[in-house]
Amino acid sequence: MSDTLLKVRNLKIGATVYPPGEKPHDIEIVHGVSFDLERGKVLGLIGESGAGKSTIGLASMAYGRGGVELTGGEVWVNGRDILKTSHSDIRNLRGGEVAYVSQSAAASFNPAKKIMDQVVEAAVEHKKFSRKEAEGRARELFAKLGLPDPDNIGDRYPHQVSGGQLQRCMTALALCPEPDLVVFDEPTTALDVTTQIDVLMAIKEAIRDTGVAALYITHDLAVVAQVSDDIMVLRMGNTVEYGNTDQIINNPQEEYTKALVSVRSIEHEEKKPTPESVLSVEGITARYKGLNFDVLHNVNVELHPGQTLAVVGESGSGKSTLARVITGLLPPRDGEITFAGRKLSGDLKGRSREDLRELQMIYQMADVAMNPRQTVGTIIGRPLEFYFNMRGAEKRKRIIELLDEIELGEKYMDRYPAELSGGQKQRVCIARSLAAKPKMIICDEVTSALDPLVADGILKLLLDLQKIEDVAYLFITHDLATVRAISDSIAVMYQGRVVRYGSKSEVLSPPFDDYTDLLLSSVPEMHLGWLEEVVAHRKMESAGN
Amino acid sequence: MHPIIKLVSQRLALGLLLLFGASALIFGLTEALPGDAAQAVLGQSATPEALANLREEMGLNRPALTRYFEWLGGILQGDLGQSLTNKLDIAESIGKRLGNTLFLACAAAVVSVPLAIFLGLLAVRYRNRWPDKLISAITLTTVSIPEFLIGYVVIYFVSVKLGWFSSLAMINDTMSFGQKLNAIALPAFVLTLVVLAQMMRMTRAAILNLMQSAYIETAELKGLSNFQVIARHAFPNAISPIVNVVMLNLAYLVVGVVVVEVVFVYPGMGQYLVDSVTKRDVPVVLACGVVFAAVYIGLNMVADIVSILANPRLRHPK
Repeated sequence: MSDTLLKVRNLKIGATVYPPGEKPHDIEIVHGVSFDLERGKVLGLIGESGAGKSTIGLASMAYGRGGVELTGGEVWVNGRDILKTSHSDIRNLRGGEVAYVSQSAAASFNPAKKIMDQVVEAAVEHKKFSRKEAEGRARELFAKLGLPDPDNIGDRYPHQVSGGQLQRCMTALALCPEPDLVVFDEPTTALDVTTQIDVLMAIKEAIRDTGVAALYITHDLAVVAQVSDDIMVLRMGNTVEYGNTDQIINNPQEEYTKALVSVRSIEHEEKKPTPESVLSVEGITARYKGLNFDVLHNVNVELHPGQTLAVVGESGSGKSTLARVITGLLPPRDGEITFAGRKLSGDLKGRSREDLRELQMIYQMADVAMNPRQTVGTIIGRPLEFYFNMRGAEKRKRIIELLDEIELGEKYMDRYPAELSGGQKQRVCIARSLAAKPKMIICDEVTSALDPLVADGILKLLLDLQKIEDVAYLFITHDLATVRAISDSIAVMYQGRVVRYGSKSEVLSPPFDDYTDLLLSSVPEMHLGWLEEVVAHRKMESAGN
Repeated sequence: MHPIIKLVSQRLALGLLLLFGASALIFGLTEALPGDAAQAVLGQSATPEALANLREEMGLNRPALTRYFEWLGGILQGDLGQSLTNKLDIAESIGKRLGNTLFLACAAAVVSVPLAIFLGLLAVRYRNRWPDKLISAITLTTVSIPEFLIGYVVIYFVSVKLGWFSSLAMINDTMSFGQKLNAIALPAFVLTLVVLAQMMRMTRAAILNLMQSAYIETAELKGLSNFQVIARHAFPNAISPIVNVVMLNLAYLVVGVVVVEVVFVYPGMGQYLVDSVTKRDVPVVLACGVVFAAVYIGLNMVADIVSILANPRLRHPK
């Protein structure tokens, strides 16, 4: 018997698209991809969104998401072409021979059923184990994956465990029926960087101990370098480069792969603090209505004109709450905010139009921050009308200037948000906030939803605009690479407190406090064996674990 | 305290409060109408002296608030008062009529609820294909036509032309269950047509919405059959929206049957209410209003409570 478990030949995948105002037509999204996967090996599929990597992963289960159809080629699993096999055979394949771990375990678990019922379902359905055996196996897997209280965690409902734990439960769900192949589709992307390491390590050990083969799909080359034997780089449905992990990371041949390997190449010289400040936050303590504990405790930070303060921390650390307090959406219980030399009212209602104009905000999700029924010109023009009373030709001229500044140009003026890519949408949001001529912009995870290369472009743009417009940024992020790239000073937040604060060089130089050390060491690095090194040297566990 | 108990008791308290408010509103509105019970009893040609005497006798000269609380106190003890026109005990008359209305509503519900859910599932199964479009088109047509028109059209074709059923849905105690069913077949059919569309479309929307969830994909990728995916994974999450729309329509079946009952001369609450309004029998109108309000609020409260119980986040807090 051959050792090849999965053999894909010239796989073509298509979909029917329904563009507004046009006739539906078919497009091809994967154009003839081929690869082999041996038993017990891990192949990393890497690429940006739209590269077709998830689509290819699901094709190994003969599954097309949405209206996606497998239009050509061959997919051989365990010696038969699953694109030509019967319906009942496909049902045996799914969950029995090939299992799937999705990006968001929180969404992929049925909220109405206990975790155990869902973990053992496939194993029992495919008669691999009796219900009792499957439960025993699930508990073993829970223990192996480092879940707390492995004997009882299965009796809980999905909402009763944390995101990192649920992602491990999803891995247990996939491994429970003893499949030959597991498709991991961005299994750690939605997790905090410190939690990601634990889950990554758990997945890696589970793969090693069970001898299962895996397709590991991610956009993060540094992550895939830690777990896979081979890597295939995909772009827009084509194979860019396919080779073993060592070669791809250390000796990439194609330009695109080189760009992925060397991403985050932004150089930013740290600016020295100036005596004046644009924003000063003093002793802010805040809590949400209905909670009986504070979400922010005595937060003090300062931002100088034309500079960038990065606020960094895990989810739940209070960084977005800080933004809500500064914008007036959440009045603080205690403390003061001074902005551009004047005290800001804690409540949004008490703020003048000038306060609102000078303090703008850009959000993580550009597509929900814009009215889908307004054109780009209307969206950017609105603050011009509202704050400066601009009309007609004057307004139009300014809109075009702004469109040029964000490197889109006049031709985008009459387009709708749906016609723009993710990066372009975020650029329009930037232009909208700049239109108000603010002194400061709060950027809340503005690059988190974007592909690395696109995110890089946005960061470069923000830095350039800072030089031209002399605007200050309060940059909220969980991504330390972003912090390194653009900040002048940094505040590290942990459980509602600022645990480390200072200029970039101070904060990023040792000696570190334990939390900053954990955070810094958790950022995946693009060299082989990094995961084992960092796990061996950790001093503390992450809070969200 | 367990959050479920708290939420459910909140709903119950809110329901009672609403009912209290509704009774005040109904009483207040009938007070605001021109004329009163004395006027109604004596008719337009009554002399002012006779009216004054009767008002004194019936206690109508006392303040409205006093009479409201007397009336409310009576209701709480099961005493709905006496009809002005035939001096019969209202509670007794309503009891029989309400029974008839509930019988008709139940018959319509027994047919329409399963049919609507089945058609909704069918529409999901064949979404955007001809069975889906056909189901949507037919149900939307029937819901768009006023029910009295459907009623008369049905009477014209089914009872006048074909002679299958009687156009009068008269029932009485001497009839057997089968005879009663036969008598109410037409009104029940019309009511079914009226409530079908909303329930069917809501079921379709609720399930379709869920079919796009990531956990449905997970279930499909476990190799489960279509039926298992829908029954085990989609249905438990669709209970809440479906129950809500079903209850709303059940309430409509009881409260909104007035027109259909009149069209088919059916001796239910609707007929009774319309008769009493034309006869200016204020106590009966009040009593009917309160009974309708109670049914409406009660069914919606049940829907709320089922929704709460169907939510695992509330059943099993962190």
